[in-house]
Amino acid sequence: MSARHSERSEESPANSVPLLEIDDLAVAYKVGDAEHRVVRGISFHVDPGEVVALVGESGSGKTTTAQAVLGLLAGNGRVHGGAIRLKGTDIAAWSQRRLDRVRGAVISLIPQDPGSSLNPVRTIGAQLAEILQIHRWGDRRAIQARVLELLTRVGLTPAELRAGQYPHELSGGMRQRVLIAIAVALKPDLIVADEPTSALDVTVQRRILDLIDELRRENGTSVLLVTHDLGVAADRADRLVVLRDGAIQEQGPVRDILVGPKSAYTRQLLADAPSLQTARHRTAAATTEAAIVVESLTHDYPVGGSRARFRAVDDMSFRVLRGTTHAIVGESGSGKTTTARAVAGFLKPTSGRVVIEGIDMTTLRGEALRQFRRKIQLVYQNPFGSLDPRQSIAEIIAEPLLNFEPINRTERARKVRDMMGRVGLPESFLTRRPQALSGGQRQRVAIARALVLDPRVLVLDEAVSALDVTVQAQILALLDELQQALGLTYLFISHDLALVRQIADTVSVMHGGRQVDAGPVATVFENPDSSFTRELIDAIPGKRMPVAA
Amino acid sequence: MTDTTAPILQRTDGAVAGNRPWRTRLRRLQPGLALAWLVVAVVLAWSIAPDLFTSYSPVDGVAGQQLRPPGAEHWLGTDGLGRDLYARIVHGARHSLTGAVVAVTVGLLLGTTLGLIAGARGGWLDAAVMRLVDTLLAIPSLLLSLSIIVLLGFGTINVAVAVGVVSVARFARLARSEVVRVRRSEYVEAAFGSGGSFIAVLWRHILPNSLTSVIALAALQFGSAILALSTLGFLGYGAPPPTPEWGLLIAEGRNYLSRAWWLTAAPGVVVVVAVLAADRISTSIGRTEP
Repeated sequence: MSARHSERSEESPANSVPLLEIDDLAVAYKVGDAEHRVVRGISFHVDPGEVVALVGESGSGKTTTAQAVLGLLAGNGRVHGGAIRLKGTDIAAWSQRRLDRVRGAVISLIPQDPGSSLNPVRTIGAQLAEILQIHRWGDRRAIQARVLELLTRVGLTPAELRAGQYPHELSGGMRQRVLIAIAVALKPDLIVADEPTSALDVTVQRRILDLIDELRRENGTSVLLVTHDLGVAADRADRLVVLRDGAIQEQGPVRDILVGPKSAYTRQLLADAPSLQTARHRTAAATTEAAIVVESLTHDYPVGGSRARFRAVDDMSFRVLRGTTHAIVGESGSGKTTTARAVAGFLKPTSGRVVIEGIDMTTLRGEALRQFRRKIQLVYQNPFGSLDPRQSIAEIIAEPLLNFEPINRTERARKVRDMMGRVGLPESFLTRRPQALSGGQRQRVAIARALVLDPRVLVLDEAVSALDVTVQAQILALLDELQQALGLTYLFISHDLALVRQIADTVSVMHGGRQVDAGPVATVFENPDSSFTRELIDAIPGKRMPVAA
Repeated sequence: MTDTTAPILQRTDGAVAGNRPWRTRLRRLQPGLALAWLVVAVVLAWSIAPDLFTSYSPVDGVAGQQLRPPGAEHWLGTDGLGRDLYARIVHGARHSLTGAVVAVTVGLLLGTTLGLIAGARGGWLDAAVMRLVDTLLAIPSLLLSLSIIVLLGFGTINVAVAVGVVSVARFARLARSEVVRVRRSEYVEAAFGSGGSFIAVLWRHILPNSLTSVIALAALQFGSAILALSTLGFLGYGAPPPTPEWGLLIAEGRNYLSRAWWLTAAPGVVVVVAVLAADRISTSIGRTEP
């Protein structure tokens, strides 16, 4: 990275006009009669050939800033102050028509969600050709040749075959490659990459970011990288701009910020980012009794026709000691959620045994299974979907008690209030509905609901993946505290190896339904048996950053 | 613990949905919707206290006042027997409205129950109920309601029940699709996971969350029911003649179409306006998803 730094300073003398200059930009959204200021007077610039990362949590205004640069603010959004200078010209007040000539040719966008950013009824070749046609790049034959060239360049080969495919025939990573090809088609000077990899697995994420890096270097393009992941920003950017609540907390060269952050907020972010942490030392459990024993668990899903079956989990076995945390890591489709659901008793495995606290769950059904649910609870990934929008927080937390304990109203209310205090929520929230709470608060409610029955085992299915890093750190601290206090056993499902390294005692790595690595976290991370685990560990972002003290 | 929660708590300011004061809500009420509610209110008032709106009798005619055009004395004119048309429409509201309420209630209760059971249970029961519903939908609605009337006998309530039974299929289908959607959501699974029995989860989570669209359909069906009742009344299957039922009014006026246009036009317009108002309200309910 230091090599890149010196290269750039030769290319762009300090007195030249920056490629993009944001000067005291302010953006507001009109909601009803009120104006919500989302970006409040921020200034930064992007030099030619430079990668600038806009880092911040959800609601910090980073995506709004990126959209303002492209003139793509939502209908109720408005730039009401400041300037956006592209090569010295203020484009903030330009009409959409005027911007059309610039977008794609001078600035282009790599959008966040590869799943919904492509037109599902057109082939990817046609969609790639479209941008060339719009900007009258050449005649049909030249465009066709260029499409194939671009597809080959982004690694979608054989290009002739790929050009005729529809988006649903491609994986998430391949779709993101198509979007990158569209973004670089006209060799723009600036690419705005809005969370380009947050929906992808880590290994795919690394390949995609490498591709953006290569293309950027080939064409001398600048990149404005919008990301919530400090690890990604640390690896890929020259300079960082840290945003919070629409204002800049800090900006400067990556190395300076990582080594010596000036603002308290940046320090907090750095402290909470799991990918930048070294492994936490955990004391070994004193017990040898197993809370969860899974023996040769196998599960098949029927596929389409009557006979065809898909083996999601293949001969999985592991033991979790009481009071410890076992993590299952793997990429999407590796079978980790199926395993979690089998352990939590939500699906009957095709074969194998799941023994929780001495009882084989796979033999239970009906009322016996319902009674057993007191012992094991599941916390879901998405706190926006796992709480009934029509219930109040008090009703949500009290519901498990209604199902099991014939206790009176005041006793129940007292238990609910205790639980609220336990997970760190104020009592004033009792009457609110889930939509009035933030993601982290909702996840606290979900944890309270899971714990109110006093279970022994908690299955956490990507329970912190949807949360911002600082909130994530708070929830993890809460889980740790609860584990210490109540002696809980956790089964922690995650795609995030950095996180697992921090919080788990033992780990199983899954790939294609099989367990490819298992054992204590330190052993697996330092000395993995399989090449897949090694690849996963290497793909953790934040490797190239200078280690903060 | 308090120091770790402080940053999250800061985010909760404002952003509380659904607590808007009623004044602002009232100001936001679109004029069309306000008009629709007004129409429904007037029709409701007619059916509750018709005598407040007119002093004429709906059944006894006045000799020598036959077929008067609309004017100051008789706002909407009189019919062939000298009865005030406005009075007949006002008094008729009760018959039409009662009929529509009965019809919608029958459809809503039967249909939602069928849809709820089919969607929540799934499997062969779902298949069986939905094929039954398909069969109901395959028969033209007028034919179906006529057959039911023939089975039950004539009369306002029987006609209403017939109209209601015809709408069961629509309610069942919608309720089932909503239930299937809600059933797949994580909070329903979480409810089963925290030990909820089938009935408890159905009652606490699935039913309340799938009901919004069903209520919207009920408002829509209310309009359609008024129309269907008027149609059956027009065909002579509803209340017997002296009763001032809206469909019957149109049917009676038909004989005087060339001489007294108001006899068909006035009740016709009232039916159309009432149905449109119900439609508009239904749309607004459908939009207020949580």
